Amino acid sequence: MIVLLVILVISCFLCLYRAGKGPTVPDRMVAIDILGILVVGVCAILGYMLNLHFFIDIALAWIFISFIGTITFAKYLEGRNLND
Amino acid sequence: MIDVIGIVIICIGVAFDLFGCIGLVRLPDVYNRLQAATKCVTLGTCGIMFGIFVLSGFNSLGVKSLICIPFIFLTSPTAAHALARGAHIFGVKLWDKSRMDEYRRL
Repeated sequence: MIVLLVILVISCFLCLYRAGKGPTVPDRMVAIDILGILVVGVCAILGYMLNLHFFIDIALAWIFISFIGTITFAKYLEGRNLND
Repeated sequence: MIDVIGIVIICIGVAFDLFGCIGLVRLPDVYNRLQAATKCVTLGTCGIMFGIFVLSGFNSLGVKSLICIPFIFLTSPTAAHALARGAHIFGVKLWDKSRMDEYRRL
């Protein structure tokens, strides 16, 4: 389990590398969106390893916050208003 | 026996996550990166969730991780589609070796 967690954290750092380097604005936003989905897996594995069941609640909340943030940013990229 | 099945499913999911993130770093274009990363990471994280459900059974952790799976399957492709459309309207150029742009003709 520790090895799987280390591999997931390495994947998170690859996402952070793309978010820092990315040449355009949507590159960074794609990397942050993918990072949000990876953190959900990290929360689930941590909750099973440490036997702390509230970690999966953090994962459920993180899905919705990441989704709403990405949709808002996509509408901003299209140049529309948020109530459109 | 059930522990071995759960660990194998989680290993497959983590491998999908790692390959998706390698694609996110290696590919040349924002659309290619979006396509590689979104599909691989969605399936990988759903695999991790299903493995956690198999390992822990019907307690609060397992059932909540089972509830997470349809949410990820619904929200992740929607966000990717909106980001691709937004990036195309924003004016991000395709890779210079791309053959054609179907979305511009609509």
